[in-house]
Parts: sequence; structure tokens; C-alpha cells
Amino acid sequence: MTSTAAATTHPGNDWADVTASDASLRRFLHGLPGVDQVGAEARAAGLGTRSIKTTAKAYAIDLAIRMVDLTTLEGQDTPGKVRALAAKAVHPDPADPTCPSTAAVCVYPDLVAVAKETLGSSGVKVASVATAFPSGRAAIDVKLADVRDAVAAGADEIDMVIDRGAFLSGRYLEVFEEIVAVRAACGAAHLKVIFESGELQTYDNVRRASWLAIMAGAHFIKTSTGKVQPAATLPVTLVMLEAVRDYREQTGQMVGVKPAGGIRTTKDAIKYLVMVNEVAGPDWLDPDWFRFGASTLLNDLLMQRTKMQTGRYSGPD
Amino acid sequence: MSRIDVRKTYKLFIGGEFPRSESGHSYVVHDQQGRFVANAALASRKDARDAVSAARKAFPGWSARTAYNRSQVVYRIAEVMEDRRPQFVEAVRQGEGGTAASAGKVLDAAIDRLVWYAGWADKITQVTGNANPVAGPYFNLSTPEPTGVVAAVAPADSSLLGLVSVVAPVIVTGNTVVVAASPERPLPAVTFAEVLATSDVPGGVVNVLTGTLDRTVATLASHMDVNAIDLTGLAGDPEQAQALEVAAADNLKRVRRAPAAEPDWAADPGLGRMTDVLETKTVWHPIGV
Amino acid sequence: MAKNVFEYAPAPESRSVVDIKPSYGLFVNGEFVDGHGHSFKSISPSTEEVLAEIAEADEADVDLAVKAARRAHSRVWGRMPGKERAKYLFRIARIIQERGRELAVLESIDNGKPIKETRDVDIPIVAAHFFYYAGWADKLEYSGHGTESLGVAGQVIPWNFPLLMLAWKIAPALACGNTVVLKPAETAPLTALLFAEICQQADLPAGVVNIITGAGDTGRALVSHPDVDKVAFTGSTEVGKAIARAVAGTDKRVTLELGGKAANIVFDDAPLDQAVEGIVNGIFFNQGHVCCAGSRLLVQESVADEVLARLKRRVTTLRIGDPLDKNTDIGAINSAEQLAKIRELSDIGEQEGAGRWSPPCELPDHGFWFPPTIFTNVTQAHRIAREEIFGPVLSVLTFRTPSEAVEKANNTPYGLSAGVWTDKGSRILKMANALRAGVVWANTFNKFDPTSPFGGYKESGYGREGGRHGLEGYLK
Repeated sequence: MTSTAAATTHPGNDWADVTASDASLRRFLHGLPGVDQVGAEARAAGLGTRSIKTTAKAYAIDLAIRMVDLTTLEGQDTPGKVRALAAKAVHPDPADPTCPSTAAVCVYPDLVAVAKETLGSSGVKVASVATAFPSGRAAIDVKLADVRDAVAAGADEIDMVIDRGAFLSGRYLEVFEEIVAVRAACGAAHLKVIFESGELQTYDNVRRASWLAIMAGAHFIKTSTGKVQPAATLPVTLVMLEAVRDYREQTGQMVGVKPAGGIRTTKDAIKYLVMVNEVAGPDWLDPDWFRFGASTLLNDLLMQRTKMQTGRYSGPD
Repeated sequence: MSRIDVRKTYKLFIGGEFPRSESGHSYVVHDQQGRFVANAALASRKDARDAVSAARKAFPGWSARTAYNRSQVVYRIAEVMEDRRPQFVEAVRQGEGGTAASAGKVLDAAIDRLVWYAGWADKITQVTGNANPVAGPYFNLSTPEPTGVVAAVAPADSSLLGLVSVVAPVIVTGNTVVVAASPERPLPAVTFAEVLATSDVPGGVVNVLTGTLDRTVATLASHMDVNAIDLTGLAGDPEQAQALEVAAADNLKRVRRAPAAEPDWAADPGLGRMTDVLETKTVWHPIGV
Repeated sequence: MAKNVFEYAPAPESRSVVDIKPSYGLFVNGEFVDGHGHSFKSISPSTEEVLAEIAEADEADVDLAVKAARRAHSRVWGRMPGKERAKYLFRIARIIQERGRELAVLESIDNGKPIKETRDVDIPIVAAHFFYYAGWADKLEYSGHGTESLGVAGQVIPWNFPLLMLAWKIAPALACGNTVVLKPAETAPLTALLFAEICQQADLPAGVVNIITGAGDTGRALVSHPDVDKVAFTGSTEVGKAIARAVAGTDKRVTLELGGKAANIVFDDAPLDQAVEGIVNGIFFNQGHVCCAGSRLLVQESVADEVLARLKRRVTTLRIGDPLDKNTDIGAINSAEQLAKIRELSDIGEQEGAGRWSPPCELPDHGFWFPPTIFTNVTQAHRIAREEIFGPVLSVLTFRTPSEAVEKANNTPYGLSAGVWTDKGSRILKMANALRAGVVWANTFNKFDPTSPFGGYKESGYGREGGRHGLEGYLK
């Protein structure tokens, strides 16, 4: 796949000179401003101390629910499990029809059709992982076939993983071209690019991966597979939000951000939303531009939602 | 009929918990008058190895804490000991003899010693570290770092003050420790372990083995995952001390040799017990635009 | 398009934890006694409400306090073994931790600074200072500065970090065996008076710590008292010079921690988002009432526009308001007098031709408030580049080369602190060597720790507070 395809990924932007060679891509990525670890972590922690109004909290809970990509990615998944998950995504709280649906369900490619069937015309999307998720270690043809298979089964969104081995060895152009190829294979489906930030280890790498993925045509950049610790963290998401903010400053284009894995409580979710609001801006406070990759988070959101409405907590029962 | 008391079981302290010896063995502890006091756990070689594992596991977390935090924790040990005065006074009197008053003075000294060492956590770097004015455009800094897992043979006679004097310098500098308690007078060490368990000291930072030294100390001296060994408790047994020093050479443990006789624990300890378990790291960096 | 629903609720810390008395006396020889000067009111700068009536110590009161400190030194504290002094200081540290929330709320009410700062920064460091110096009391022979105390220390502190400045003065003095008479600032005395209570709770022997409230006259009487062996002052350079003249020809030891006009230097390879945080923290933390504030931004020309754009965007998200609101980033200006000074100098900045910018912000009706303000196109000739404003006002200058940055940064009679932002290690060290400042922060700013010595070059004063070096000023 050549880099000319990149010129059409975000109409109006021509990154062709940057992506002409590995050397020029490296110069660009390494020329981005560095990230000081201590400073970034301190900023993320500071944002975590904000307290929002009760009325805003109710809205935030509903917004968070609408942003959830309800996920199951287990070897032991079955059609039955996926059907139940999809039903829950549409009606998270069977006792309360005012509770909004989640943004999407997220499953392995061979269960996309099952999810699609259950979701029907509910508006909840089907996101499928692909490209030899979670490791990404397979031949490019196999990875692209994985994508096409999921798209053919009806996936609306594809969550791909980057080749971390190539990225960490500095083969940036290879990573870039792979994303371009996957984007092409997606057809109309939207592409999320997973960095596996726990393996990238440094915030500088997260910043570089963000720009690289965006230039290659990502609709969303995503922190993690959830299979490696640490998964999503506030500082990693901060760096990604700064990247999409800067990208819009330069090009006028918006790109979405999805932290995934390790976000378990409403309190956590609200911290992320506060950070989105103060760092990228309120335009990103929308399921089209921000998602939570989560499974247990939904239960806590529902519990808090019930509590706000009725004043009572309910337990897991 | 007067009330029968519920007597205490004296177990080992490993990884923050109180297991019996895996060998199932115990031994008899007598008081100063030779009377039976208790059956204490008789630690085995495996117990010693388990203790080293626990100490190694605890090392990364403990050494990564801020010096301020470590000083707070060691100060808290002193607080809890002070709170348990009667218990310690009794334990010292039982094992070392003397009156309640003299045992009280020993306890005072032990608590004050802990407080002294607590205050060193965030100062030892300032006293033993420094920038070095090398003859070139380089920033050059020497700082102390904890060596790792330390094995310590506690003093035979001074079962509380001596014990504290051997343990505190090791942990305040960020190391973790496996202590072989005084064989004849192990009970204050166990009570001390109970204090540690309730003083915010993470499990594994201090591990206490009771029993005769033959089973445990040789294992510790030759263990390849122990970084340093303090042979204080072998004062007056030069042959044994030498044999252990030979064994320690296998991985070049830092050795604090046994003195000829047990030291005067009332004296100012100086910096030696801390610097013995600290490495010095020197870093260079050029200075230029 | 999503609507911005994230209104931050007022999340006020409750005042109920604090018990402010209607009036306070002086704390002398272990008790609260009446003062014989003209008592004055302490007001809350965020609401202008009267908080309490404060006694003024006149010359006779000062004399009594010094006598009490002298007696306590010769009979008790000066001869007490270090390990016993240590335990008193540890007690005080513990009580500060236990009453931490109360102290934080009181400090915010009296001084005007946000609860977020008093709770998370000021009070924890206060406790840590007492802990740190407690640990020196019994090991002075290792300090390298001797073991003998000086005697009685007369200490005068400012209003910007009331309890922290008290800790910086009292903890090392007591650890070294001195006794103290301390005068807190007249616009923020309440936490010092609560500290006096803490001394009582710790059973500190009478006369070891004496707190005398008052204003300039009280301070003058204290530092010129013939039986004071040591003078420690934090405040303006002008008053510092007056003190230096006053102690000339005496045996009094002196340490001074005075004003600053620090340069915060941002190179083109700086980690930009964190540099912006550092600039914001440097001048807007504590409303800019910081002697070591990064009040001059020296930004490399090639990134100046970008840094300024990011800075303005970031400053627009700062929240000014009720100091007790946990969401507040910037609190009130400490007094009407200070507010007038800030306004005056800012107007001069505009008149001299610098470009002035503030984010739109709603300021409360009552109280003393000033929005964060940035002046661009500032040159060294401008007064706002040379004079300490002591408010949330940043002057922005540019440079092209490292040596130009050094020259501009050092072009000031002050020399307290400086900031350097670059990804290049060798440049950090080179700049640190060249900058004539007592504290250099690289890729960070406004970081304080009891182990880290703090103090200035040139007219920012002499002597160091904190660390092993901080003992020197209190030992023979």
C-alpha cells in the first residue's frame, strides 16, 4: 500500500511529504513537542479533583452511558452471551425505559452477526476488534482478511491494533501503511486504532502514535485492548486529547478518543469527562467523538443513576 | 479459684503474617531464672528461604517510597511501642532479668533509638551524598541507594534495644530485612513483630525468625538473593562468624562483622549501620547548550 | 454539537470545622495575654467580613515576650538534650496532621487562597517541615554546622503563606535549641494563633514559642530588641534592607528572604503542554503572591506565538472565586492595599505600551479580586519587567539564544528563583549554572520540600531555609 492513499483519508490534508519515507515520518514524529511524565501526570491528577453540579452529574451519567462500547472479548464468549450483552446495550435498565442505550457493543469478528441480529434497528452500533486482536502478531494478509470478514458480517466500527513491535523498533512507515490498508478494508465502517499504551510505555510514544494514526486515517484513537496492564489511564488519555485538540487546531478536523480497560466506576468516568471538557473542549462531549471501552462500568453507572433518581443504592443483586 | 490465663503462642513473622515453622518444630524458652516461659517456633532452613523471598518481594515497594514516608512509618513503630510499654517492660524483664525500672530504661532507649533512626530517613542522603566538583564540564552527583535484602543476626543478650538497633538502620534506609532473633531471648522480637504488623509497615519489610542459629543463619549467609549480612549476634564466636563470612563471599555480600563482644547499645550508633547497607551511585552529565 | 453541561458546582468546604474566636490576645510564656497596643481587625479578603479582633504588641509587650523566650532558653530549652527537643517537635508535627483540615480551612478564610492549595500543598508541607527538623534536633553533630544554639530568635513573616512561613522559621530554630518570638503578618494572623494552641496541646514548655501580633511597629521593635540573638525575616526587599542596616554593628545573626522577579525560560524544545502548566503554576498559583513566582516569561522567539496561544487557552479554564470552593483555582487578593498596588502597576504596564490580556471572568461583588493578566511585548525597560508586582500578572519577553536568555534573566537586582524548560539535559545544567538564582526549577516550578534549601542571591536576601543548609542560620 503506498502513502498516496493517506492524502484522501482526511480530505483537505496532505501529509504526503511527511509520509514519503520512514526518515521523513520519523523526523516529523520526533519533532513533536515532548511530554514530561511528571508534569502530565500532575495535570491529570489535578483535573481529577474537580467536582461537578448534581444536575450536571445526572447528565454526565447519561452521557457516559451513551458513550459506552459495551464489551465482551473472551475466549469463552458464546452467541448466547453476546445476545444478552446486546440486549443490555439497548435497554441497560429494563426497569427504566428512560435510560439511554449505549453507543455500541464490542465483540470478536465471529460474533458480529449475532450482535447485529439482536441489535436490529436500535441504533446501537456493532464494533468489532480485528487485525489479530489483541497481539496483532500475524501476516498482513491475515489481518486484512480479519477486517473484511468483520465488515462483511455487518460491523459498523472496526477496532484495530497497531503493530507494537514495528512501532517500538522505529518502523513507523510500516505501521502507518498498515493502518492505511486497514482503513481501506473498512469500507464505510469507522476505524478505531488501538495503541496498547501499556506496551508503548512512554507518553512521547503515545503522542507520536496519536499523530501517526490520525494521519493514516483513524476516526478514533484508542488507548488499549484491555488485555495488558496498565490499560487506560488519565494521563495517557490526556496526551491523546491534547493530540486531537492540536490536530483540529492545525487542520480543522476532529478525531475521536476512546480509553478502554480499567475504568470501573462512575467517579472514574466523570473524571474522564471533566478532562475531555477542559483539555479538548465540549465538542468532544458526544458519543461520536468520545467512547468508553468497558464492561463493568455500565453497572456502576446504572447504580448511580438509580441512586440519583430514587435516593437509594441497589446492590449487584 | 483464681483465673487461668490464656497463654500466647510465639510464631514466626514472615511476609506480614505469623506462620508456625514449616518444620512444625518448636523449642523451649526459659526466663532469666531458668523457668519455662513458652515454646517458640524453631525456624527451619525453608522458613529462612521463605523469609528471604518475602523480603525480596517487599523491597521494590519499600525502597520506592519517599524518605518522608519511611520516616513516618518508623516513627509510628515508636508510637505503638510507647503505647505498649507494660508489655515490653515485662518481656525485657523476663528475658534479661532486673527490675521493672531497669527494664523501663531499656524500653525508653529502644523507643528513642527508633525515633533517632526515623529522623535519618530523609537526611542520610544529605549527609552521605553530594555533588562532586570534577575537573571538567560535567555535573556529577553521588547519592546513596539501599542495597536490597539484608540478613541480620540479632544480638544474643540485648533482646530489645539491641534488636531495634540492628533493624531500624536497615529499614529506614529503604532495605528489607530478615532477622534471626536472639536464640535464648526471642520473645521481645515476637512482640516487636506484632508492633510492626500494626504500624503501617508493609508485609515483608521486616521478617523475624526465632530459633537456634544453626538452622537459619548458614542458609541466610549463603543465600544468593541476600545482598548484605550483619553478624552482630555472633559476637564472641569468631569461628562461626568466619565460616559465615566465607559463605557470604559467594555473591560478595556486604558483611558487617561480628564484634569481639556485644556492643554497648547505649552509645551513639554513628552512621555505620546505615552506610553498611547503602550503595553509592555516581552519575555524570555534561553541561552545555 | 454537544452543549457544555459541565458547570462546576460550588463544592464548598465546610467552615464548621473552624472555631474563630471574636478576639485574640498575644501568646507569651505559654499563655494568651492582653496586648497593650491598638488592637485591629482581621478581615476575610474574599468577603470583607470581619473575622476577629487582634491584639497589637507594643514595645513593652515585645520586651516581655523576649524575656520569656530568654528565660525558656537559659533554663529549659537551651539545655534540653536534643532527643527530648526532637520529641516535642514530633508531637507538634503530629498535631498539625491531626488538625490539618481545620488549619487548611482557617488559612483559606484568613488569607484568601484556595482550599485546594491549603489542603493539598500548604498544610502537608507545614507538617513535613516539623517532622524533618524534629529529626535533626538529636543529630546536630552530623549537620556540619555545629551544635550550639544562638539563643533567642526574633522572626517576622509575611502574609502569603502564613503557616508555611511560620513552619520555615520555627521548626529549624527550635530543633537547634533556640527559642522564638514570632510576629505573623497583620493581614493573616489566625493560623499562627491556632499554632499557639497546638504548642499548648503538645505541652511545649512555656516561653519556647511566643507569638506576638502587630504590624510594622511591632516588627521593628522585635528585630531591634537588644536581647534578640538572631533575626529572621521574610518580606519585601525594602524592609529587608532596613533590617540589615538596623543590625549593623551588633552581634545579631540575620537571614533574609526577600522579593523576586523570576524568569521562567521556555526553549523551543520544551515539552510544551507541561511548560504551559509550569507557566500557569509559576505566576497564578497563590494568586501570584509568591516571592519566587515566575513573573517573567522568557520564551524563545520561534515558539513564542504557539506558547502564548496555548497559554491563553489554558488560562481561560482557570476558575476564580470563593477560596473555600474546592473547584477554585485562584483565590482573593490578600488585602485592599495589595490590590491597589497590583492595579497601579498593571495600569503602568499598559501606559508603557505593553499589550494587556485577561480571560473573561466574573468577579464576585465583595472582596479583593484581580483576574489573571498577561502582558506581551514587554521589554526590560518596562517597570512591569523590573518591579515585583506580587499578583497574578505575567510579563512576557522573548529571546533568541541561550546567552540572551541568561542575560535577560539575570538582568535584575533580584535572584531568588528561575525556571528552565527544555528537553535537553545538558542545557538544563548549563542554564542552572549561569542563572544567578538560589533555586532553579527545570521542567517544573514552585516545588517545595523541607529537605530542599530555599533562598536567594543578591537582593532577594541571604541565608537558606530547608534542608541541612537551613540549620546553619540557627547554630553558632
